[in-house]
Amino acid sequence: MSIVHLLSGKRRLWKFHGGIHVPDEKALSNACAIATMPLPKRLVIPLQQHIGAPARPLIKVGDGVLKGQTIAEPSGFISAPVHASSSGTVVAIESHPVAHPSGLSAVCAIIEPDGKDAWSELPPPLPDYPQLDPALIRERIRWAGVVGMGGAAFPTAVKLSPGIERTIQTLVINGAECEPYITCDDRLMRERAAHILEGVRIMHHLLGVAEVLIGIEDNKPEAIAAMRLALADTDMGSYTEVVSIPTLYPSGGEKQLIRILTGKEVPTKGIPAQVGIVCQNVGSAAAVADAVLEGKPLISRVITVTGRAIKHPRNLEVPIGTRAEDLIAHCDGYQEAPRKLVCGGPMMGFELKQPSVPVTKSTNCLLALTAVESPDPEPALACIRCGRCAEACPAKLLPQQMYWYARSKDLDRIQDYNLFDCIECGCCAQVCPSHIPLVQYYRYAKTEIWAREQERKKSELARTRHAARQARLERQEKERQARLRKQKAALAAKQPDGAEGADTKKAAIEAARQRAAAKKAATQTQAT
Amino acid sequence: MKSTIVSSPHVPRINRVDQIMLQVLLALVPGIAAMTWFFGWGVLINVVLAVTFAVTAEAAVMVLRGRPPLVAVGDLSAVVTAVLFAIAVPPTLPWWLTLLGILFAIVLVKQLYGGMGYNPFNPAMAAYVFLLISYPVAMTTWLAPSMLAEHSFSFMESLRAILTGVLPPGLDWDGVSSATPLDEMRGKLDLDMTIAEIRQSPLWGSFGGRGWEWVGNWFLLGGLYLLWRRVITWHIPVSMLTGLLVCAGIFWVLDPQTHPFPAFHLFSGAAILGAFFIATDPVTACTTKRGQVIFGALIGVAVYVIRSWGGYPDAVAFAVLLMNIAAPTIDYYTQPRVFGHGGERG
Repeated sequence: MSIVHLLSGKRRLWKFHGGIHVPDEKALSNACAIATMPLPKRLVIPLQQHIGAPARPLIKVGDGVLKGQTIAEPSGFISAPVHASSSGTVVAIESHPVAHPSGLSAVCAIIEPDGKDAWSELPPPLPDYPQLDPALIRERIRWAGVVGMGGAAFPTAVKLSPGIERTIQTLVINGAECEPYITCDDRLMRERAAHILEGVRIMHHLLGVAEVLIGIEDNKPEAIAAMRLALADTDMGSYTEVVSIPTLYPSGGEKQLIRILTGKEVPTKGIPAQVGIVCQNVGSAAAVADAVLEGKPLISRVITVTGRAIKHPRNLEVPIGTRAEDLIAHCDGYQEAPRKLVCGGPMMGFELKQPSVPVTKSTNCLLALTAVESPDPEPALACIRCGRCAEACPAKLLPQQMYWYARSKDLDRIQDYNLFDCIECGCCAQVCPSHIPLVQYYRYAKTEIWAREQERKKSELARTRHAARQARLERQEKERQARLRKQKAALAAKQPDGAEGADTKKAAIEAARQRAAAKKAATQTQAT
Repeated sequence: MKSTIVSSPHVPRINRVDQIMLQVLLALVPGIAAMTWFFGWGVLINVVLAVTFAVTAEAAVMVLRGRPPLVAVGDLSAVVTAVLFAIAVPPTLPWWLTLLGILFAIVLVKQLYGGMGYNPFNPAMAAYVFLLISYPVAMTTWLAPSMLAEHSFSFMESLRAILTGVLPPGLDWDGVSSATPLDEMRGKLDLDMTIAEIRQSPLWGSFGGRGWEWVGNWFLLGGLYLLWRRVITWHIPVSMLTGLLVCAGIFWVLDPQTHPFPAFHLFSGAAILGAFFIATDPVTACTTKRGQVIFGALIGVAVYVIRSWGGYPDAVAFAVLLMNIAAPTIDYYTQPRVFGHGGERG
């Protein structure tokens, strides 16, 4: 800590390169308290809502399920279970459009709620968790299906078990919410600050960290005040600090937030644990508190439904599996035809092809944008190499060069320019005066490289398989011959008195030959 | 809702190429006004002619390439090229040389390389050099600045001189033209005169040539405007002017009798214009920040070297073209350290 900061008593903050100021548009919805979304007629619960191995379904069509009942179990370490968001009947387990950039479908359990909202038997709350075995608490968090709720949906329990070889010093709680429009974390912090802190305390206990930093962008003064107030009521003040950070997109990116708060850079292709840090979203912290202190699985979350096309933007506590169209209807529908429906924020979210996709654990925002808010980009002009993209890039990349190589499909060269350090935040595209859809080019290049990598792996596999087959055939052939030799030898050994036998054979052959010679001679004499 | 799926970000774009170009044109206004004040209507006439030729040529090539001509003309890049060319050439340049220069700039240097964004060389400077080499006399016949001129050209007289080459009665080219300060300095230094002797001439003002130095000041004002509006960054102009000043300073300290005061280099010729408006052309300059500093400094050094020992008195065009070739290489070796990449790349 520098002398200036020591004297002023203020925490030193670091800067990341670039970043942009975008109109935050949070006023559309940040005054709306979190309301509970009534139970929809139908829940569409995707069985894969996390990064990692898919969950195995435990139900079949026609089964009755209770609220909180596990309907799919994790199939690996990096995996998470899925629970029924309400009681009812499973009417189908089928492919259904889900919130995914590809617009593809995935297997979902479709549940028709019975309206009773009856809970299944829940595990007991663990208020005395500090005395319990940490493995037990992790198991509880894992059972509850808690995943990163900021968007990545990485299983939280995995992040809270960093392994013995790594010592974690700092737990960073992400309350930055840097994407425009989104206010769900803001409202959560304003209204449920104490609950979030309970979750933070559990995480702190599990990780045994020395320090907890809660980073919140300074465009949310109410959230900062609420969190500080709640913190003052706890005994966590000795190791926890609520830090107000300057509003600059993308401060909420995990690596950016870690940089701002600690000055550390997460190494490329690495994870925060490598620099002694674990980062968790405020929503995930609340879900951890639910799981440990109330024994409740993650079956609902707060979502911001906003955008100028929505009649009444809101922050809603929504059962997982509620379809987007139900949410929009609950916000009194559209006040003007939306140009597009976006899942997530406007900078990194993706357009939804149909409004029937369900909300998942990582859906934080549903955005209905008008044509004015999100005008179709004009035709892209040529890159003039002005370098504004490079100035804005938080990863300090050279987007103009990467664009060049993506265009020319030079997949090796674009990796030299560190394509995979691109976090797709969209800053470059936003400032590009030629209106080039840069992020799209990088996604394309990444996909091509992944495809090529897979192709390579496939052919490598085929090659090893072929080599293995060759070796097997060779071995079998050798074995066959060895067997034959053995049989022959065995046969030969079976012949009675071997040597003598051979002599009789020779004598017989000799006799035959003489007979033939005599015959030949006889014929010759006749001929002459 | 339309069916086309657009990749994120889903927010309006904040910059536009035509607005950037418009800012550059706006920033050129004070300098052009000053030039018109000192060198007469010919400056403006050249600007109008060059812009007309450039827009026509650009549109024609786009039609030939089967692309929408309005998009290309609308980005205003051809206009910027034309204006920069027009203020670099003498204010009485025959119209057909302007035409030739513009055709060279737009058709050969810009469009044949692929058009906007693809040209490795600065079109205006390439055209300037092309004409300077091919038509040295016409390209170096500058009018004397107004305070030194015996005859002040009216608008019609300027127009006639440009279109027909005919001067007002009683005047000849030797009478109306005057050596540029750089010419004068080079010529007299070559005659072994000392700086003090050379500066006796009424041609000289406080920093450089009278008239000329003021033009430089007004371009500087425009350049500062571009910096303020963040159309350009400080890297290229500051490093280029520093490179030039350091070189000039070293030699001036060593022997002030045969090397002019550093400010002379700054306010003579196209140093200021070049630093803020020409070397900063994004298409042909370096794009990495460290690269831009190297790029600018090397231009500054090259300007001094060519001015002092080269074949031509002014050097900005040559120096810029020279470094244009080097820009991709400089960029390659000056990539910034990517976030999370430790100290791998310096």
